[in-house]
Amino acid sequence: MDAFLTSRIISDVLTGLTNGVIYGLVALSLVLVWRSTRILNFAQGAMPMFATYLGMGLLSYHFGYWPCVAISIVAGFVVGGVSERVLVRKLYGKPEINPIVVMVGFLIVLEAVAAAIWSTLPRGLPSPFSAIDWQIGGKPFAMSDFSVYEIVTAVLVMTLVALLFRFTKLGLQLRAAALAPEVSRLLGVRVGRMLTLGWMLSTAVGTITTILVASNFFTGLTPQVMDGIFAFGFIAAAVGGLDSPVGAIISGVVIGIVLQFVGDYLNSNAIILVALVILIVSLMLRPNGVFTKSTARRV
Amino acid sequence: MIAIERLSVTYGAVQALRDVSFTVPTGQVTAVLGSNGAGKTTLLRTISGLQTPSSGSIRLDERELVGVKPENIARLGFGHVPEGRGVIGEFTVEENLRLGALMAKVNLHDGLDEQYQRFPVLSERRRQAAAKLSGGERQMLAMARALIAKPSVLLLDEPSLGLAPLVTAQLMHTVRDLCTQHSLTVVLVEQNASSALRIADQAVVLHLGTVVANDAATVVANDTDLRQYYLGMVE
Repeated sequence: MDAFLTSRIISDVLTGLTNGVIYGLVALSLVLVWRSTRILNFAQGAMPMFATYLGMGLLSYHFGYWPCVAISIVAGFVVGGVSERVLVRKLYGKPEINPIVVMVGFLIVLEAVAAAIWSTLPRGLPSPFSAIDWQIGGKPFAMSDFSVYEIVTAVLVMTLVALLFRFTKLGLQLRAAALAPEVSRLLGVRVGRMLTLGWMLSTAVGTITTILVASNFFTGLTPQVMDGIFAFGFIAAAVGGLDSPVGAIISGVVIGIVLQFVGDYLNSNAIILVALVILIVSLMLRPNGVFTKSTARRV
Repeated sequence: MIAIERLSVTYGAVQALRDVSFTVPTGQVTAVLGSNGAGKTTLLRTISGLQTPSSGSIRLDERELVGVKPENIARLGFGHVPEGRGVIGEFTVEENLRLGALMAKVNLHDGLDEQYQRFPVLSERRRQAAAKLSGGERQMLAMARALIAKPSVLLLDEPSLGLAPLVTAQLMHTVRDLCTQHSLTVVLVEQNASSALRIADQAVVLHLGTVVANDAATVVANDTDLRQYYLGMVE
């Protein structure tokens, strides 16, 4: 049993799962924004990065880790809300290329401003959990206190988002505003506020993701910390279907595991190549995403 | 009372409504009739705030509604059942009703019970996606969703569209009952003039964006010229 648990296959599955939940969270935040405003947010990594700097920066002022996490999440809500009100709102109903250009521009600006304020040197976030692998029978088992922290947090966030959307009045309004804005307004839903809230929620989810990534002893916080992960999260969202939160999460996890095997058995340089092949093949076979039921949508 | 005064709406170069004036008395059914393109839907959308008029005013008991956002007009007690019903197909029947009940001051369960009693078929299908309902059932859902909020004004856009004559008759009967029992003010936009005139108190006839007749429903129903030229009712 011990030999099995410490085997190469199990090790890859667990490492892949830990990476995959992170891709799933990024994909989820992309889906939240896409569903409500039909904008593919290329700054989905950069906006939370900025919020994380704002909150976790207080570590230098002798705030504890958890208070800084809480402040970062609040900063995430604020960054998402302000961005939507000031920048994104002007993009609704515009040709599809406009939001893409603006959000890519926003990504570049945010990263440059963050570098100017906080420098590009990695900043360690001293998480309370050790990232050193557990040992089973003297051999390393590919789980650590830190990976448990990542997985538990991710599952918690996903569950809370699901509960919010499924069972609360607010969730009902968020979904209605996304699906049928005009009808929703006729029923008294403040659609404008719901769209702002969608961006706030998505940036807050992104901020939690960024904290998890940057709290890893081996990564640290940099202005570009989310760039690579955004790419995998984006692929997960596109493969799973931009309209399907569950699909985005599942495909995030699957892609995380598959890429871990690719890196381990093939070559770590092949990871991004295989990720792109997965994207292209899935877009050819299921252009609306593996988990999207409806193929047509009335706008 | 809703007072509409010299209301004009333009879409680019097209004038959809031109100096439209009439009043909708409280607790009565006012039918707005006319052929395709007469401006009926535009009129309802303008009352609801979805369309901004180029000039004119709409007042609810001295309160100006032009410039008020649709979500706030809804909160003033307007229930708008849009053309094509506007039920959210991805939502279940009950979710559609819960959405309608957001602004209701009554308890959600009482509200649901009341609508399920009024439209028993909705109760049977409460967990089904609204997309799976038939045309008549969707119309009932759209009505129930508007009624659950306890509106004081109900704006109905072509409720008979695509319905069998028997279903239409039942629906009109329901509208009449609501109006009588709850002193609901109803603006009923219809192309199907005969079924609307049967239950209406007043009738306004629109033609190419202007009012060509505004009188008691019985008078309009018996005016041969109106029937022939504007309402398409063949003798």
